[in-house]
Amino acid sequence: MSSPRSSSLLDWPATSSSRAGRPVASAAERRRNRLRRKLKENLTAYGLLCAALVVFALFSWYPIVRGVLLSFQQVDFVNPPSWVGFDNFTRLFEDPLFGVAWRNTLLFTVLALVFGFVVPFLTAVLLNELRHAKAFFRLAVYLPVMLPPVVTALMWKWFYDPGSGLFNSALGAVGLPGGQWLDSSDTSMLSLVFVSTWANMGSTTLIYLAALGTIPGELYEAAELDGAGLWKRLIHVTLPQTRFVLLVLLLLQVVATMQVFTEPYVMTGGGPDDSTVTVLLLLYRYAFVYNDFGSASALSLLLFVALGVFSALYVRLTRKADQS
Amino acid sequence: MRTLVSPGTLRSPGGKIGYAVIFGCTLLLFVIAFLFPLYWAVTGAMKSPQELAQTPATFIPNEWHPETFGDAWDQLSLGKYFLNTIIVAGGAWLAQLAIDVPAAFALSKLRPKFGNVVLGLMLATLMLPAAALLVPTYVTITDLPLLHVNLINSPAAVWLPAAANAFNIYLLKRFFDQIPDELIEAARLDGAGPVRTLWRIILPISRPILAVVSILAVVAAWKDFIWPLLVFPDTEKQTLSVMLQRVAIDMPLNVLVAGMVLASLPMVALFLAFQRHILAGLTAGSVKG
Repeated sequence: MSSPRSSSLLDWPATSSSRAGRPVASAAERRRNRLRRKLKENLTAYGLLCAALVVFALFSWYPIVRGVLLSFQQVDFVNPPSWVGFDNFTRLFEDPLFGVAWRNTLLFTVLALVFGFVVPFLTAVLLNELRHAKAFFRLAVYLPVMLPPVVTALMWKWFYDPGSGLFNSALGAVGLPGGQWLDSSDTSMLSLVFVSTWANMGSTTLIYLAALGTIPGELYEAAELDGAGLWKRLIHVTLPQTRFVLLVLLLLQVVATMQVFTEPYVMTGGGPDDSTVTVLLLLYRYAFVYNDFGSASALSLLLFVALGVFSALYVRLTRKADQS
Repeated sequence: MRTLVSPGTLRSPGGKIGYAVIFGCTLLLFVIAFLFPLYWAVTGAMKSPQELAQTPATFIPNEWHPETFGDAWDQLSLGKYFLNTIIVAGGAWLAQLAIDVPAAFALSKLRPKFGNVVLGLMLATLMLPAAALLVPTYVTITDLPLLHVNLINSPAAVWLPAAANAFNIYLLKRFFDQIPDELIEAARLDGAGPVRTLWRIILPISRPILAVVSILAVVAAWKDFIWPLLVFPDTEKQTLSVMLQRVAIDMPLNVLVAGMVLASLPMVALFLAFQRHILAGLTAGSVKG
């Protein structure tokens, strides 16, 4: 509605009738006609929008409100929900698994960043230097992304098998002792992170690769003429030039890994010794094992607040770093 | 194109050897890391159960049992679960196109009153972690407001929430914004209404973005696990992922692995066929932050 062009195209009936050579209408009539046209355009637009408005209202906007309400209610699907104040939160805080789940989730997120952030970036830098078989590398690294996560999880559970699994067989073949992988609480989380990185690094690697492709070659040339070695060029040219993509993906990755569910649910069920109970696994148990939807909602509200605070802080800090 | 390593360095004798070594190592590493696990799964499915359980594992099967794939198809009723998954993913795809394309068109080209408010409210949902909506959306699905319909065990429980996809609307609107208004004006002068303009003018030139949205929709629906796990308690209605996870403990390993390989094939085939679009969708996705 801002540009004259767009408003003229919306004025189609008038344009065509003036072309047909109808006598000029009075000012009042013109105003009435314009109003009627505006109304009609808005009706058409909202007609096209109505399906989207309904699904957003039902499955996004309403559940947001409902989620907050549920956090302070007790729901049993027989009686109408009753208000219980902060009872749901108190119940969560008293659950010994609550602290465990947050610790495990943070551990997963930190480990996933160490691997899932550094490995794809270095892979992308490496691939960007290679002149041959580019299509093959792209295809290979992205292939796991296309596998259904349940298949990946089940497949790796089998690879990790302490007896006949691929890992211990391979280690045994070169004379090394096998590990317990998923069966020891020391290595279980690390094993899950490894799977998650393998399955998801394809997309981040290719996004980094696209970002690296946009760096002007002259920057490297200039840096080299100034005597910057390989390492210095990486630190002073590559990193700053891909900074924006790196910062955005870091944020997205933290938000995504804090919601890890499929790997622990399928591969360990939270064990051994609750070492892989994550926040989302606990949320699942509260809602669909204990049928306590109120506490489950309270937990998702806490997760939402935690991620919201993190995102806000992160955006503010990176912006501040940009300005200084 | 000039990258981190200068062309001069690469041309020097030392550079050539270094490049060859690094290239060879990377190639080997990629084969081991990304292709070998898939080889292991495909050949593992063809080993006898005894061979599959033996320690140390065999690299090449001693006996080949390709018939395991047929057994898996029968024992896991894969035909039924493939059909369920296709219905769920196909419906989610159609719902997203049918609902999000007209919405994005209206917001981009008809610019109704409060259009920006509506768009803002839609995009705001992108800020929300999906997990935060899991429980309230589930509760909503069990008893839709006003209609009081229970969508549990119905594929609509996946289709409809999938259509409330702000990212699709954002991608589509951004594409429609680039279509010159003159084109639409010309259509109007020729007597086409907005719906006809959308159908005859906009959609044909929007094929690239429609392909991206379509593939994102199908892949997401095929890969999804937690939502189908919640809304399909009836084992007859479940998708491949939910079924595989459910039977994983009871099935002989070779049959299970064969089922996993078969369940992955459509996505791998889709990827090989539509690489270009999938990678385009990936970089389109990367700007969403």
